[in-house]
Amino acid sequence: MTVSRIAMLVGLVILIALPAVVPPYFLHLLIQILLWAFIYTAWALMGRFGFVSFGHGAFMGVGAYVPALLWTYYDVTPWIGIPLGIAFSMLLALVIGYPCFRLRVVGHYFALVTLALSQVVLLSLVAARDITGGSLGFTQKAVGHSWYALQFPEKSYFYGISIVVWLIGLYVWQRIDRSINREALEAISEDEDAAAAIGIDVLREKLRVTVISAALTALGGAIYAQYMMYLNPETVSGIAVSLQIVFAVIAGGVYSMLGPTVGSLLTLSLTEGLRVWFGTNFIGAANTIYGILLILCIIFMPQGIVGALKGLRFRLQHTKVAAPAE
Amino acid sequence: MDPYLIEAIINGILLGGVLALLALGLNLIFGVIDVVWIAYADIVMCGMYVIYFLYVEYGIPLPLTCLMAIASIAALGVVVHLLIIAPVLNSAPINQLLATGGLLFFLQSFATLLFGTDFRNIGVRLPVLEIATLYISFSRLIAFAVGLIGAVALYLFLKRTYIGTAIRAIAQDREIVGLMGVDQRRIYLVTSAIGGALAGLAACLLALQYDVHPHIGNTFGPVIFMICVLGGLGNMIGGFIASFIISQIIAIGGYYANTELSYVLAFTFFIVLMFVRPRGIFAR
Amino acid sequence: MLSLTSVSAGYGSFQALFGVSLEVPQGEAVGVIGPNGAGKTTLMRVISGLIPLREGAVTLDGQPVGGLPAHRMVEQGIAHVPENRRLFARLSVEDNLRIGAYVPQARRRFTEQLAWVYGLFPRLKDRREQAAGTLSGGEQQMCAIGRALMSKPKLLLMDEPSAGLAPLVVAQVFELVQRIRAEGLTVLIVEQNVQQVLDVVDRAYLLEVGSIKLAGSSAEFKENSFIRRSYMGL
Repeated sequence: MTVSRIAMLVGLVILIALPAVVPPYFLHLLIQILLWAFIYTAWALMGRFGFVSFGHGAFMGVGAYVPALLWTYYDVTPWIGIPLGIAFSMLLALVIGYPCFRLRVVGHYFALVTLALSQVVLLSLVAARDITGGSLGFTQKAVGHSWYALQFPEKSYFYGISIVVWLIGLYVWQRIDRSINREALEAISEDEDAAAAIGIDVLREKLRVTVISAALTALGGAIYAQYMMYLNPETVSGIAVSLQIVFAVIAGGVYSMLGPTVGSLLTLSLTEGLRVWFGTNFIGAANTIYGILLILCIIFMPQGIVGALKGLRFRLQHTKVAAPAE
Repeated sequence: MDPYLIEAIINGILLGGVLALLALGLNLIFGVIDVVWIAYADIVMCGMYVIYFLYVEYGIPLPLTCLMAIASIAALGVVVHLLIIAPVLNSAPINQLLATGGLLFFLQSFATLLFGTDFRNIGVRLPVLEIATLYISFSRLIAFAVGLIGAVALYLFLKRTYIGTAIRAIAQDREIVGLMGVDQRRIYLVTSAIGGALAGLAACLLALQYDVHPHIGNTFGPVIFMICVLGGLGNMIGGFIASFIISQIIAIGGYYANTELSYVLAFTFFIVLMFVRPRGIFAR
Repeated sequence: MLSLTSVSAGYGSFQALFGVSLEVPQGEAVGVIGPNGAGKTTLMRVISGLIPLREGAVTLDGQPVGGLPAHRMVEQGIAHVPENRRLFARLSVEDNLRIGAYVPQARRRFTEQLAWVYGLFPRLKDRREQAAGTLSGGEQQMCAIGRALMSKPKLLLMDEPSAGLAPLVVAQVFELVQRIRAEGLTVLIVEQNVQQVLDVVDRAYLLEVGSIKLAGSSAEFKENSFIRRSYMGL
């Protein structure tokens, strides 16, 4: 235990010290990896219990657009805008989640209802083109370095912020993982009727984890918007973003704390690497390979990378133990 | 009544014909194989590119082009089944959903790689029909008529042939059809081919009205899922009726507001209805 | 006609049959009786190919057919009336019969087979357009048997045809079995309703925990004191 704790501390120190040594381009990549890792972790809070939502594009979109619009048009500081966005996102999660869980909309149907939610947010953003710029997107009003506007031209500030939110995500994961709720949620994901029969408040448990997940996703979207400054409905909402989230988590592994982070690291460095490799002459080449890898991953490694590695380690350990007996 | 509103309603009915065709294909596949093809609209996109290239680049006559597109997309349906669906047939439903989602990713980016992001049009301009004060596009009329013919043909095939009967039976009891001498794997392949052919036919009709680009599937793909779920996944008649309900919402919403808001309205209607009738409007 | 030689089968790590051997001669009716969980349904499923054969051999008219998938077994001339009938409830009666004639050689004779089945079960003809799920229990059993007969099988397997039916209907079902026998079909029937099944079969086997414990003519079975005590409550 202490060994792994020391390893974690060392890792964190290295992570914090990185901006001093790596070039800005890598820092940019790292910030994105951390921010997406946070969002993926937020999704996996639900996903690990089999509640597969395609609606996280909606939560992220709301979290990103609410503070950005408030700042650009009404001079409302993101310090107020972000909590408002998160609150709005939680409300959305409640409005969708309550009837869904109440009426036992599960599996395929839950996935498709949340998919519709993603599209509603995406299309609403496009439809409000007078203020959002429609599908062309819009750039937030820039004021240079400012804590009030939460804008920092130097990447190291956002690097620090993204480490903090990423750690928040891991902390929430662990809190749930160690709480009594985890067992309740696992029981629910096994069999809702049986869970209800042993006195678990199915509706409440599902709703709680959904709202937490939505809130964190909205926070991720907000920080992403503050960092990128430019917002486009397609990159922060809709079916494409929802699918991206689900895929990355599946690739990394949905059942372990660091799975979503591995998924983010893997998918972003892969797309980035492929993009650099193919250059801009072959638009789509990177995503083509990415798509093939996703399909292969789902067919051959349904537990994700981390799950597969764990399975491998498990087998290795067991063969070691079994060896002397033979 | 305002002639523009009547026009919107008529256009809604005409749009419903094409959507119904796609809903039939998706429902057929779901009913028989029990897998939702998230990438169904992107398979239609492939068909539109086939038509564009055969017709515009190679100058093959349009009717022949359409037949070739239907045949090649039917073949694509079989390939998709063999390569992607068959390996995950016994996996968790969500993994099946994700495998076809990966296909969506792949098809869209592969199309971008091959053809770029340009919008391409096959450049067929069909006349506009003028009835009293109404203007109705001829290509939509054709799309509607062919959509209905396709639906009726599918209905007759399912009702009158041995394979059609087996397809209806397999959706009810997967195991026992084997005792009737039905090879399940073969029925799956036939179903995937029919689903592909319907997508190919829809591609022909859509190519007459819309530009093709790699992401065109995103514009109507989600709508088709909504329709199928509304009608009850696997319920073909329900899906058929739901197509016309949703297309009316889109058309009339488009008349009063704009296209995006009409889709927002359609999706919201879908979400609300899911709470009222969680297993579809026509759930038994 | 049908012969099983030390057949073993099961599901996953669970083995249900241990070296079962039995014979069904041409033109005869053979019954397999035994308690719940003895492996009777497994026996039927392994013969019709619904579950794989693990060990042993199955031959039909001297041809090895063991291990063929279910849809190939129908081509060989084996039809299986499954436990609980398993009709396609939302399909019409006639569609259920039509799918029974799915294999190519049966399709060619569809009209005459249909006339034959309707002759055997006139009730089905009256209800041909009705959804199979709306039939009464006895009619459903007729439909399930008719569906199996549509492929013009050499051998008919019947898994618990009387299960879940009212006593009066059970009597009707056994009457059906008699009628089918009269048509010259070979029948292998699995039943819990020991007394009545022994009245319609020529020979019987007792299956307990996956093995054959007793074999003999139906008359011998009726005389056997163990069978009388344990299975007939006499």
